Amino acid sequence: MNMVSKLKLRSRKQWLGVLFVFPWIAGFLIFTLYPLVTTIIYSFSTVRFKLEGVSITYENVKNFTDVLFKDPEFKLALPKYLVQIFYFVPMVLVFSILLSLLLNNNLKGRSFFRALFFLPVIIISGPVVENLQTMGAASLQGLGSFPVYRFIHESIPDFIAAPVLYVFDNAIMILWYTGVQTLIFLSAMQKIDRSIYEASMVDGASSWQLFWKIIIPTIKPFIFLNSIYTIVDVSMSTMNPIIIEIKNAMFNIKKGFGFAAAASWIYFFIILLTVLISYFLFGRERK
Amino acid sequence: MVNINIKNLRRVRRFAVTRQHLKGSMANLLLYIMMTAVGFVFLYPILVMTAESTKDVYDLVNPLVRWFPTKIYIANFTRAWVVLGGFKTLLSSGGYMLLVAICQTISSAVIGYGFAKFDFKLKNALFMLMVCTFIIPDQVTFMPNYLMFKSFGMLKTIMPFLLPALLGQGIKNVIFILIYCQFFKMIPKALDEAAEIDGAGFLRIFAGINLPLAMPATVVVFIFSFVWHWNETYLTDLYFEDAIRTFPLALSKFTEYFQKLFPVEDFANPMLRMNEGVRMAGTLLCILPLVIMYLLVEPKLVESLDRAGITGE
Repeated sequence: MNMVSKLKLRSRKQWLGVLFVFPWIAGFLIFTLYPLVTTIIYSFSTVRFKLEGVSITYENVKNFTDVLFKDPEFKLALPKYLVQIFYFVPMVLVFSILLSLLLNNNLKGRSFFRALFFLPVIIISGPVVENLQTMGAASLQGLGSFPVYRFIHESIPDFIAAPVLYVFDNAIMILWYTGVQTLIFLSAMQKIDRSIYEASMVDGASSWQLFWKIIIPTIKPFIFLNSIYTIVDVSMSTMNPIIIEIKNAMFNIKKGFGFAAAASWIYFFIILLTVLISYFLFGRERK
Repeated sequence: MVNINIKNLRRVRRFAVTRQHLKGSMANLLLYIMMTAVGFVFLYPILVMTAESTKDVYDLVNPLVRWFPTKIYIANFTRAWVVLGGFKTLLSSGGYMLLVAICQTISSAVIGYGFAKFDFKLKNALFMLMVCTFIIPDQVTFMPNYLMFKSFGMLKTIMPFLLPALLGQGIKNVIFILIYCQFFKMIPKALDEAAEIDGAGFLRIFAGINLPLAMPATVVVFIFSFVWHWNETYLTDLYFEDAIRTFPLALSKFTEYFQKLFPVEDFANPMLRMNEGVRMAGTLLCILPLVIMYLLVEPKLVESLDRAGITGE
């Protein structure tokens, strides 16, 4: 008897759990899974809108080859996006670690700077950034005439100089994208027990060693987390060249929904690839 | 002999202590300088915006005037305010997005609670699935959704934002569910069991006990939901078309709206034309409500972010 009622209670609890999660399941089916399947169909066909409804004709992989090899706009947008990802994401990570190290000290006015560093997260949006960029307020003016900048530009081989110059040119945007990441790193760093620092200082560790041997291993899972956050943040921002292309293609008579669907799937796989790369770099547990 | 030695020792020690102190304060000074420099870079766009937006045409073209205009020119703001749509737009975009944010917060709490406190078949699989949906770009799911909303006649209304938010599929919803999930996991189960023994139903346990304890998570989720919906322009543009205006949306079409409202008739008068000053004033007005809100909630927000346990325990 007791067993039965216990079992009943357990299955009742199970159903309660399903009940709470149910909105998500329903939402997932309606707003994510159904569209995903539909865009797969779209991507292999030509979609036309007629008075009586949508007509879909199967086209094999034509859309995909169009996107990858024929469309001039996508050809331009793709390298732009890749450069953005491969420079921007590591830079954001490096700078957010540096900022959180700065904030990790017990200084007066720390909370003021923390608030300041977080402000861009609140105000950043596509049109604002766009306006700032067209007005030249998104990069430090007059930086190009600094001797250091000119020296790097002129006398260091391109493949080394390019990332450095990229940082100079995009300093503000990189910093503006670090808000959430800095906060996550900071609260991870603050969970490190002070006695660990003290013990290793007694053993003669320098702060350089402390950083590499204690702080970095502790925050490593969060490097992975933050890299994914940054990738998604950059990939889905309104200014992203590929996203703009997809939006234009949708309402373009020649290209249409089929083309846009193929483009967005290709885009999705690129994002997936970058996430996998960051998983292999930071996400794997070391045995 | 011994006496002298001790004296010497003291002196050496005092010297060492002051040196250490000095080194510490030098390091602090260096840190302050660095933080101020970084802070300046952070604020630079806002400073430029403020400076540009208060300049009239003559100051704008004058290369000698950079940070401080010769006189503060308010007309930029009044005109930008009209172009953005004024109070009507502010209230409508603020009101709608507030509604969406409330819905998203409630649904995230419910779903997060389900994932945190119950065990059922396939829970872990579902949870993994949910986390994976984070990297699906809106573009992949957007077109069928758009057609769906269109066929239900829901374009130009708030529904395309409200319905996904209610079902946990809104903007960046995965993050919000995860925050709630983390937080509910930290609340001891003994509390729930005690309430259950005392005869509280499951709704009471959720809404009466767990939700109030999860206040920090609620603050974080609500504010971010509001801010991210407010700043959204890609989907708002496509769903609202021109029926509902929001500040960022009006900003992205600033030039177009400006020319409609202030058609150029008098070419001789440069004061009437679109310029950087007006554009910057518009940008500033667009972020101003958010900045004011941030100043009001900041201490609470950051404290809550710390306690919301994003980094786990």
